[in-house]
Amino acid sequence: MIKIVSMRLFQAILVMVAVTAVAFIMFRFVGDPVAMMVREGASQAEKDALRAALGLDNPMLIQFVEFFGRVLHGDLGTSFRYQQPVAELLMNRLPATLELVLVATVMSLALGIPLGVVCALKPTGFLSRIIQSATLVGISMPTFVTGLLLILIFAVNLRWLPSSGRGELVNLGGWQTGFLTVSGLKSLILPSITLALFQLTLIMRLVRSEMIDVLSSDYIRFAFARGLPRSHIYGRLALRNALMPVVTVTGLQIGQLIAFAIVTETVFQWPGMGLLFTNAVGYPDVPVLAAYLLFVGFLFVMINMVVDILYTFIDPRLRTK
Amino acid sequence: MTTRAFLQHRLPPISVIIAGLVLATMIVLVIFAALIAPMDPRDVSSYSLIDMEIPPSFMDGGDPRFLLGTDNQGRDLVSVILFGLRISIIIGIGAVLLAAIIGVALGLIAGYFGGIIDTILMRVGDVLVSFPTILVALLISGVARAQLSGATVSEWAPVILICAIALNEWVQYARTVRASTMVENARDYVRAAKVIGLPSRRIMLRHILPNVMSSVMVIATINLAGAILTEATLSFLGAGMPATYPSLGTLIRIGNQFLFSGLWWIAVMPAAVLVVLVLAVNVIGDYLRDRFNPKLMAH
Repeated sequence: MIKIVSMRLFQAILVMVAVTAVAFIMFRFVGDPVAMMVREGASQAEKDALRAALGLDNPMLIQFVEFFGRVLHGDLGTSFRYQQPVAELLMNRLPATLELVLVATVMSLALGIPLGVVCALKPTGFLSRIIQSATLVGISMPTFVTGLLLILIFAVNLRWLPSSGRGELVNLGGWQTGFLTVSGLKSLILPSITLALFQLTLIMRLVRSEMIDVLSSDYIRFAFARGLPRSHIYGRLALRNALMPVVTVTGLQIGQLIAFAIVTETVFQWPGMGLLFTNAVGYPDVPVLAAYLLFVGFLFVMINMVVDILYTFIDPRLRTK
Repeated sequence: MTTRAFLQHRLPPISVIIAGLVLATMIVLVIFAALIAPMDPRDVSSYSLIDMEIPPSFMDGGDPRFLLGTDNQGRDLVSVILFGLRISIIIGIGAVLLAAIIGVALGLIAGYFGGIIDTILMRVGDVLVSFPTILVALLISGVARAQLSGATVSEWAPVILICAIALNEWVQYARTVRASTMVENARDYVRAAKVIGLPSRRIMLRHILPNVMSSVMVIATINLAGAILTEATLSFLGAGMPATYPSLGTLIRIGNQFLFSGLWWIAVMPAAVLVVLVLAVNVIGDYLRDRFNPKLMAH
């Protein structure tokens, strides 16, 4: 048990070191930091002095270790574009992204699970066929096209909802929330639908196939034979077991969602981390790119590790492996 | 069995046939784009600002010369979309081919030799796939922009895009091919080939590869839809094809600026073509997966 957990921890640390190395290489070799920071027309001596002050003339390995140390202390460098610490920029944008992702996840679960169950109970029925075809269209619809159409219909033509920004915000101890004002909530509707649709199809298909699997198992057939009420069999006995993998996948998807929020945030000019990142790609603002890579890498590794370790606790079969 | 029953048994469902026809039409149109398109979007002399912002011909104020209307520069949307579709398809197929070649090669090596090579390759793959393709491709695009001049980036955009997408997608091929190779490796015909002393390369390419190709084809079709979508998304975000040589994603990005001026067709027309293209590929991919992968048939 301890061996498995420590193995997982070791792997996670290894991956984080690798990701940090990539970020370091970007930071150090993409564009010349000295050229970016020095004043115009500086002499070679001034450049050398700055180079030495930044520690850029040390051996690579030492530079990497120093970079790693700075990252551990939360120092992610200074943005070329905003001349602000990158860590501060990311923290300011974090609430916007997290609120969007949270609402989108709740929406996709609330819709995806019932739809998946409907498709599983009557796989050849008229309703499930329509839902199945709709998911194929949903998969083929890029996130930005969904967003664009929603803007066209609800913001341009009907003028019901705003097409960009977060609306009025309330400051709760440093956390800028849009949940407490009408305009904040209205601004949230279109982006969160766009992001939720991306995940909805996946959850729906997963619930459907898991549910079909569970329904054909012996204990469900036995429950029918005992004459238990259908609602009890479907709702309590089958759905619960079918939801296990859904919980895992949703957990793993949150990392994916934060990355996919990049597209949604750009379409709706939602001032979160994703928009910061797309703007950094075009500028190009290398410290922000490297920091975002580190952030997403850290998130993925943490979620994966927690899910893996939780699984070894929950499922005894995995421990023998 | 009557001929009719035979045909019904053999023919794929009607949706797959329609998808195939749509895809085939698109490919033919794209190959002959230069002949079919009413004008050449890259030739500035073939269009003029007088024709700008004309709605599609089936709407009020439309012009029969421009079936889908014109954009803000007076370019005929049919022509622009045809050439954009061509770029989207080329980049999609290019990325899938590159990913398949890298993935099949590394998968064969990992599965055939096993041991430390296998462990390293698969670990690297694990790390890569945990990052979404879009994120990796955006990073590569940002790095390219920081290292090269703007003109160079525009010129090499298709190559950068193909490499960026393939960098993440090869893992799927490698995993599948590795698993199949390990199975084939234990079979008598491979062991016999080893016993008579054939070189490893020949065994991998001539004996094992043909037996793992069908699953590679299925993954490739399913991935093609994803690759086209990724390219479109990157171009939409401004990290893909430049406006001087637009793909469907770039066209939607340009059209996006005119949504609020009521010129919806500039964005919606290329978006519709993109969705139809991806839908057609997805329908065919789904069918192939069910057909060639009996394990998935149960669902």
